[in-house]
Amino acid sequence: MQITSPDFKQNARIALQDVGLQKALGNVKTGFPHKRATAMARLPEFDQLRDEARDLKNHIIENLDIYLEAFESKVLENGGHVHWCRTSEDARKTILKICQEKNARTVTKGKSMVTEEINLNEYLEANGVTPVETDLGEYILQLRGEHPSHIIAPAIHLNLEDVSETFHANHHKPKSMDPAVLMQEAREELRNKFVAADVGITGANFLVAETGSSIIVTNEGNGDLTQILPKTHIVVTSIEKVVPTLEDMTLFLRLLARSATGQEFTVYNTLSTGPRREGDQDGPEEYHVVLVDNGRSEMIASELREMLRCIRCAACMNHCPVYGAVGGHSYGWVYPGPMGSVLTPQMIGIEKGALLPNASTFCGKCESVCPVRIPLPKLMRYWRRNEFEKHLTPKAARWGIGVWGFFAKRPALYRQLSSFSNLALRTLAGKKARINKLPLASGWTDGRDMPAPSDKTFMQLWSEKQKNGASS
Amino acid sequence: MNTNKNQPVVGLFITCLADLYRPEVGFATIKLLEQSGCRVEVPSQQTCCGQPAFNTGDYSTSADIARQTIAAFDGFEYVVAPSGSCIGMLHHYPELFEDNDPWKARAEDLKKRAFEITSFLVDVLKIDDFKVDATAPTFNGSVTYHDSCSGLRELGIKAQPRQLLAQVDGVELKEMEESETCCGFGGTFCVKYPDISNRMVGNKTQNIVDAGAKTLLGGDLGCLLNMAGKLQREGHAVEVRHVVEILAGMTDQPALGEAQSSVKAG
Repeated sequence: MQITSPDFKQNARIALQDVGLQKALGNVKTGFPHKRATAMARLPEFDQLRDEARDLKNHIIENLDIYLEAFESKVLENGGHVHWCRTSEDARKTILKICQEKNARTVTKGKSMVTEEINLNEYLEANGVTPVETDLGEYILQLRGEHPSHIIAPAIHLNLEDVSETFHANHHKPKSMDPAVLMQEAREELRNKFVAADVGITGANFLVAETGSSIIVTNEGNGDLTQILPKTHIVVTSIEKVVPTLEDMTLFLRLLARSATGQEFTVYNTLSTGPRREGDQDGPEEYHVVLVDNGRSEMIASELREMLRCIRCAACMNHCPVYGAVGGHSYGWVYPGPMGSVLTPQMIGIEKGALLPNASTFCGKCESVCPVRIPLPKLMRYWRRNEFEKHLTPKAARWGIGVWGFFAKRPALYRQLSSFSNLALRTLAGKKARINKLPLASGWTDGRDMPAPSDKTFMQLWSEKQKNGASS
Repeated sequence: MNTNKNQPVVGLFITCLADLYRPEVGFATIKLLEQSGCRVEVPSQQTCCGQPAFNTGDYSTSADIARQTIAAFDGFEYVVAPSGSCIGMLHHYPELFEDNDPWKARAEDLKKRAFEITSFLVDVLKIDDFKVDATAPTFNGSVTYHDSCSGLRELGIKAQPRQLLAQVDGVELKEMEESETCCGFGGTFCVKYPDISNRMVGNKTQNIVDAGAKTLLGGDLGCLLNMAGKLQREGHAVEVRHVVEILAGMTDQPALGEAQSSVKAG
């Protein structure tokens, strides 16, 4: 997919004026946070589980090699295959090769952000393999030629009328605004695709080292059909998804559903443990796990390490006022919102991704709702530091901080300047005590007034008071 | 002046925005501290907490300013500011120094002594009744309170200002929807991303106006300037003040961005 993160500001400006998008985003704001809060209130030990999950994830990352190798040997024991892929390209090639060996013409796909990350669909299509998205949101987007704007609700930027039009144009059926009718249409379209697919590709929410299982959680059941019906099942996922035991997995499942959708448990929690065995009634003949690194092992050794705790629940973006204002596509790549603002610069480079970690007021809401307590503002600040030290910070901002810093480090000079500038701004404001147009600060004054500073600074008034006090 | 040796000695960290925009906030803070039995000094070697540099990623400038602030407040039992954001920044100072740097320990020490004013009154001094004081403030009208992000999430300030306001005669608190949602100020954010910031503050003023209170209060001038500027641009008659002005009974001066002559009736 095309990266438009360097155009974040332009993307955001357009998004803010997009009436349909703004309507759709209104639903995010009122929906997810409320549901999460309700679910949390019903689980008094929620915060304690978050601490446990944070500590367990830290332990896993510390011992990632051990758990991944344990997982691999279990998968092999179960008759499956494991493919280690350092880069996106390695992963794409590996997946294509498996598809070609099976002479696959179509592959069904469960929802997977890692396949977005490695740009799998375009690559398969260019090589004669047709991917079919089966998650309802992803299916809608595929028909429209769009990418997800949210990691768990990919089509959240659309309204019912958009879906109605898209289905009408593609399904050649009477136009409907009834969600149940639209869902039925999608079901009928997809049913044949599920049966016809040669390969099924899913992601994984977790990998379980003790059993060699992968698990997907869905609310539609599409993932189950994707991984059970075709002869070959490929799990495409990233290395930090591994957990030691099934019991550990359940800790994360409890947190994931509540943090993501406010459900106590997701509707379908489906484990895959190797290919079909003798006597099994269903299941694929071949089971492959493609483990994608794509910069993650570098993160272990960096200050971004804590980001590897992320379980992709989307609570950070659901609660982010910036995401809520501009939507996911403005971020210009796969992962939007606060978690994306940390991950994207790692994956596409800080040169292209620098505007994202800057697009935060550091309000801290994301960190406060994160089920694994990732300090997202701190990690965004890490990127700002990285940007500053590489001299990538825009010149005007760097100059501004330089001039301001010069005075802030010289208290006496600072006092002289502030007394002077206060008087100047006060004069500019006149009797109104506020300024409605200010050169160099038009970003502020285009949309709001600027209350004028005081005639005299506190420090001036304080020192006058001290002098008067001393003489009286 | 009372020079009782048991008096807590507080260094006032005025904060650059109170210094420049709202000296009254500084004087109100001093009044509250003195009423509560503290001796207050204002070290002259202070400027800004350094947050603009820190959040721009300029750690070298941030560390210079941190050293200056740490030195300026050496020897004070407490450091108090009328801002959760600036005190939050003081709490970040230890992150600016390596473990073996002697400034690290001094930064940790400052962190332990640094408090936002409402938190200091409630959590440290345990002031639970203004009314014992003959100068107990009164205020006539309804207020709504915006929880500024840094104070709320970095320092846990939520109940303290409300607890204090409940002791002021005549104050009626009308909570707004989403009082914990960011107003879009965000320091340099509001100039780097003005369109987004403007949308966020527009959402905020909608909630403020819907609350139906006469006065908007908060504990951080950055947010208050932002919201006052938006309310005024939209033509709303909501007054904006820092919470210490009400607590100290110092509401005779015009509200933020209001001219001297335009004091509203009722």
